[in-house]
Amino acid sequence: MLAPAVIYVIALVAVPFFLAIALSLSEATVGNPAIQQFVGLDNFISVVHDAAFMFALRNSIIITVATLALLTILTILQVELLARDFPGKRLAQILLILPWAMPVALAAVGWLWLLDSEFSPIDWILRAVGLLGPGTVLGPANNLFYLGREWLGIGAVVIINVWRTLPLSTIIVLAGRTAIPNELFEQAELDGAGYFRILFQITLPALAILLTVAILFTVLVIFGDMTVVALTTRGGPGYTTEILPYWAYLKGIQGGALSQGAAIALFLFPVLLAVSILALRMAYRRQE
Amino acid sequence: MRTGQTLRMVGFYAALLLSCAFAIFPAAWMLITAFKRNADLYDPANNPFLFNLPPTLSHIGFLFTETNYPVFLWNSLFIGVVVVAITLVLAVPAAYSLARLMGHWGEHSSIAIFLVYLIPPTLLFIPLYEVVTLLGLANTVWSLILVYPTITVPFCTWLLLSFFRSIPREIEEAALTDGWSRIGVFFRVALPLAVPGITTCIVFAFALSLSDYIYAAVFVSSTASRTVSAGVPTELIRGDIYYWQALMAATAIVGLPLAVVYGLLFDWLVKGFQVELPRSPRA
Repeated sequence: MLAPAVIYVIALVAVPFFLAIALSLSEATVGNPAIQQFVGLDNFISVVHDAAFMFALRNSIIITVATLALLTILTILQVELLARDFPGKRLAQILLILPWAMPVALAAVGWLWLLDSEFSPIDWILRAVGLLGPGTVLGPANNLFYLGREWLGIGAVVIINVWRTLPLSTIIVLAGRTAIPNELFEQAELDGAGYFRILFQITLPALAILLTVAILFTVLVIFGDMTVVALTTRGGPGYTTEILPYWAYLKGIQGGALSQGAAIALFLFPVLLAVSILALRMAYRRQE
Repeated sequence: MRTGQTLRMVGFYAALLLSCAFAIFPAAWMLITAFKRNADLYDPANNPFLFNLPPTLSHIGFLFTETNYPVFLWNSLFIGVVVVAITLVLAVPAAYSLARLMGHWGEHSSIAIFLVYLIPPTLLFIPLYEVVTLLGLANTVWSLILVYPTITVPFCTWLLLSFFRSIPREIEEAALTDGWSRIGVFFRVALPLAVPGITTCIVFAFALSLSDYIYAAVFVSSTASRTVSAGVPTELIRGDIYYWQALMAATAIVGLPLAVVYGLLFDWLVKGFQVELPRSPRA
């Protein structure tokens, strides 16, 4: 019963994984994809010397860490909201899960339009309340050009990532939250503990491990995904919002240097491995 | 005491409203855009949230009659359904047999299966591109049907594993001594208890296959085989020309109905992640 799944995974995950390593050590291109000439670590050395690579590495780390921080806070908030019963809860659930229901690529295009350099409704609101435009706090221009500036672009990618992963991390953590016995909260309330005291002394400790797992789980996906950047900033201006997965795609598929693309993608792996082992150890400690 | 409670209520609803607003703001903007006339949309002086000119259906008409959007929709749906089926066929038996394997071997294999999920598409798409080309599947929907289970099978196996584990052995053993076959026990005892987990798997497998962009963009370049995720941006963004209304309509048409379905299944999805099942009263 186990065999079909195992065979499938070996054929389409394990084998390609080792193929990726072999590719990164070879000279393969899209035109000549055969893995013949082994060049050792040459690909790794040459990709590291690329200015774009350094931007990509830096941004991948910054975006992942910033997303992690924001996601943690907002997940706790949403879990606290949805752990209660209130009128209209079903509607709230539908609205809150919406970002996750949209295919990422299409949602990213939606954000591209929301953050448009000329017609962004956010700019319009800022102009309407007098924060944007000539002679205001946010500068003389009529627009903020969210995707055309280094740090605004990185910030935009972080917000989009948080927006689209929040429903999933909320669901995972909510599963743990509803498993905490109600007596615990009732007892604490009888003892006169306030809301924040209960949150920090009962809820969060009980959720700590699941919260970590849920967040790592979603963050790993973000670290390895290129969709948002590919469709919004495209790594620009220059390479200032480039990230590793997208750079691997540009170099390996668009640029035709399969071997170098594979080398860039492999830089992801040590991080992913370390973080996943950490997440798993926690998950299993929780199960015991 | 009274004011404390009122304050709490106000805080609760304020937080809820802000959360919902953050979640739906982009979608609301998409929905408004989809019905706007060009002259209304491309005037920075207009209030973007109002219809300064009467709304129009012409962009949605354009989307369905003059683009390949219906083809993309069909491809996505077809791929999603087949991937869900393949995922269940592979993951359910795998999870069940792993859950019933005692000792270290069972546990280590489940760790291994989860690690597989954590290998991201970014690491695999270059070699898989070669595999797909080698098999002659490039530019067909089958290339995607072949590779999407690499994402869904490990995840679903891992999820279902904890479900089957939490089903007490005694229930199954009692059924076995009553003369049921192993297969009968699996179908009539274990499967019904794992329904929340299986529901979550179905939703996940479908959502993941619908959402994928990287494989869809790399493996398929012919329009006829494209999915919504890869097809819509390439078809409706032509160089510097963005068909914004049609793009937004294309997104909303997929996203809104799915949000309603997933939203109504919300409690099931939460249950799907619950490792500890409530003990069956008949146990």
